Amino acid sequence: MTAVQATGVTKRYGSTVALDDVGITVEYGESHALVGRNGAGKSTLVSILTGLNRADAGSVTFDDEPAPALADRDAWRRRVACVYQKSTIIPALTVAENLFINRQSLERRSLISWKSLHAKASEVLASFGVDVDPARPAADLTVEQRQLVEIARALSFGARFIILDEPTAQLDGPAIERLFERMRGLQSSGVTFLFISHHLQEIFEICQTVTVFRDARHVLTSPVSSLSTDELVAAMTGDAAGLRVGHTRPSLPADAPVVLSVSGLRSEAFFGVDLSIRAGEVVGVAGSASSGKVELGEAVVGLRKATSGTVHVGQTAVRSGSVPDALKAGIGFVPEDRHKEGLVPTLGVGENATLPIMDRLGRFGAISPTRRRAVAERMINDLSIKTSGPDQPVSGLSGGNQQKVVMARALSSDPSVLVLTDPTAGVDVRSKESLLDVVDQVAAEGTAVLVISDELDDLRPCDRVLVMFHGEVTASFPRGWTDGELVAAIEGVSAEQGADE
Amino acid sequence: MTKTLQFARFRDLALLPAIVVLMIVGALVDPVFLSADNLTNVLQQRTELSLLVLGQALVLISGKIDLSLESTIGLAPALALGLIIPASAHGLGVELPEWTAIPLCLLIGVVIGAFNGFLILKLQLSAFIVTLGMLTVLRGLQIGFTEGQNLFEVPLSFTYLGSARWFGLPASVLICLVAFAIGIVALAYFRQGRSIYAIGGNAEAARAAGIRTERVLWTVLIIASLLAALAGLLMTGRLGSVGPAQGQGMIFTVFAAAVIGGVSLDHGKGTLFGALTGVLALGLIENILTLGGVSPHWIQAIYGAIILIALLLARFTSGKAQD
Ligand SMILES: Nc1ncnc2c1ncn2[C@@H]1O[C@H](COP(=O)(O)OP(=O)(O)OP(=O)(O)O)[C@@H](O)[C@H]1O
Ligand SMILES: [Mg+2]
Repeated sequence: MTAVQATGVTKRYGSTVALDDVGITVEYGESHALVGRNGAGKSTLVSILTGLNRADAGSVTFDDEPAPALADRDAWRRRVACVYQKSTIIPALTVAENLFINRQSLERRSLISWKSLHAKASEVLASFGVDVDPARPAADLTVEQRQLVEIARALSFGARFIILDEPTAQLDGPAIERLFERMRGLQSSGVTFLFISHHLQEIFEICQTVTVFRDARHVLTSPVSSLSTDELVAAMTGDAAGLRVGHTRPSLPADAPVVLSVSGLRSEAFFGVDLSIRAGEVVGVAGSASSGKVELGEAVVGLRKATSGTVHVGQTAVRSGSVPDALKAGIGFVPEDRHKEGLVPTLGVGENATLPIMDRLGRFGAISPTRRRAVAERMINDLSIKTSGPDQPVSGLSGGNQQKVVMARALSSDPSVLVLTDPTAGVDVRSKESLLDVVDQVAAEGTAVLVISDELDDLRPCDRVLVMFHGEVTASFPRGWTDGELVAAIEGVSAEQGADE
Repeated sequence: MTKTLQFARFRDLALLPAIVVLMIVGALVDPVFLSADNLTNVLQQRTELSLLVLGQALVLISGKIDLSLESTIGLAPALALGLIIPASAHGLGVELPEWTAIPLCLLIGVVIGAFNGFLILKLQLSAFIVTLGMLTVLRGLQIGFTEGQNLFEVPLSFTYLGSARWFGLPASVLICLVAFAIGIVALAYFRQGRSIYAIGGNAEAARAAGIRTERVLWTVLIIASLLAALAGLLMTGRLGSVGPAQGQGMIFTVFAAAVIGGVSLDHGKGTLFGALTGVLALGLIENILTLGGVSPHWIQAIYGAIILIALLLARFTSGKAQD
């Protein structure tokens, strides 16, 4: 008996083949990993396994029985719970209602008791370490809290089969640990998981079996224990060149001028941050979700108003809380929430990528489509964005490729300061390398780069890494730090303390 | 926690102070204003509008829009009557038995809603354009088969609901209150009601959560049309006949009342109670203008301006943007 089996599944979107005759078999009680590069078809398979999309060909069975009719949403929901890659939180509803959506009446009574719903929601949220009032609208949640609510919803539903599509892309270290603890607990009680992630170490940590997709096809299925990371990467990319180890960037010339200077910057989430970045320098900021690092980035790029302090690009002061001002001063950025602040889903790849530079694409305010196309094609190439062309709406791109479009947009204005928040979230291992290469390249051309992330791979190429804890910069590491000391600092254990133990 | 709850409550009640102020202004303008007769009158004249607002609010919360309601309110009773009255009275000559008139009227509402749903949900056409087209088509149908005439030969059974009084109040007012009460409870305490908010907020997410979005939307469109047909029935009873322009131009007021009452045109937000206060506020304003002896030639301009001012006030008292 198998929990889920898909055979011969094919799915096309127009001329794009998203899945080409693929199959997957998930056995009872295992955690099955599904990996592949951006656009390999993973999320497409998820949408078919959860009954949101109809496959053009092929069949799906649950417990050896054919899947229910597409219209019978209840039946699907009884068989499978899912955390989708794309947020399914409804901002206008409260957190509690999002958590219990479509099952608000708890004891099968038809009347909803809001009081017990809120109480129950508080309980669930607390067990996932989410500290929010369940009666608040979900619009107030941070990106990470939103993700945790989605996870809590899927796990608390009582389903025997749970799909998690890149649940960890937006989580910090402790939250990932908590999720894994939960998964192990559920797994020992017989729950089956299908787990998608671009963090390969997570696959080795939590899964027993792995299936690899490449270019819409099934490449291999194997026990995790019999594969090495390099073999896994080779299966995903189709070439034997392993992942790059180590990273060399020429060191900074001593006379490089300071490009970005931040002094005494302060908001509700961080206090009195001073920071200066020189031309060609790449500075990382690490910290947990509550450290204020994301808010710091938002204040620098104008998405958030600082209560005091200044931001200067060269000699120009940047008005606080104004994105147009920041752009004009030469700041480009990748925001944390790509859906809200990063993309216009209905517009094409090219148009999204060139939004900040519309005024440079033609004369007298007109936009020359050929110029835009040219710029867009160059970006698609540089960042290896998988798309059918510059005119494809970004809503039709895979999650990781959408992230690359946000990156392209940030780069489009040739910024002198580049602020990148979680730039590689959801990006596959190989694309991550090319993305970081692009960062190196812009730095080499004299741009000051601020990388805000707790992804060690993003931070490794940085000239120095600052660590924030509860709104303050508590440590600074020059290049050559070890993972252990950085993680300790992120978690608020200072290096000396760590050494004492 | 209590704070946010109170705040949500408060937004719901944002128009109540305005209504109190209007009552005071009304009393100052003319002592007749506060008389039971006048107030009942205001309520009764607003019953049809409030049923349309109820329907439209449901549709708006679910993320769609239905402009054709203002034609349904005319066509449904007109066609139902046309099917029972003789050709000499501008009927269709079918002359069905009299008792079928009310069921027919409501059924016509259901059919129109179902047809709207078919075009919007099955054929995936834009709700705005579909219902704008239907608005014109339905009005045209009514004018076509009545040859632009009033239908005067209305059987007593048909006018009963719109003109009867129960417990000292117009029956139509009571019907309206019951309809709103059901709607308010359904939207606050039933899963099916909450799913309307979920769909309006994010239809894809709602579907992922197991909600049958198409079925819910279809139901909402049918209920809205049914309410419009009911409103048409009440209006016919109140006026004693069906004119070719019955309901024409009402849709603007419907939207104004809904938005003043805090229902967002940006989907998934607002409450029926708020919508009801919106209707009341507009009704009081119009009544005060009439009592104040404003020249009938000017009343339209002033009324329109006051709606805009009311929108402004609602914007600032509720403290949130109207989309
Ligand atoms: N709605 C859509 N319209 C058009 N093309 C689509 C649509 N959804 C997916 N695709 C295409 O199908 C392919 C597979 O996408 P999918 O989202 O399954 O990738 P993925 O493996 O989940 O990638 P990622 O790791 O980036 O999330 C991509 O080429 C994508 O452009
Ligand atoms: Mg995906």
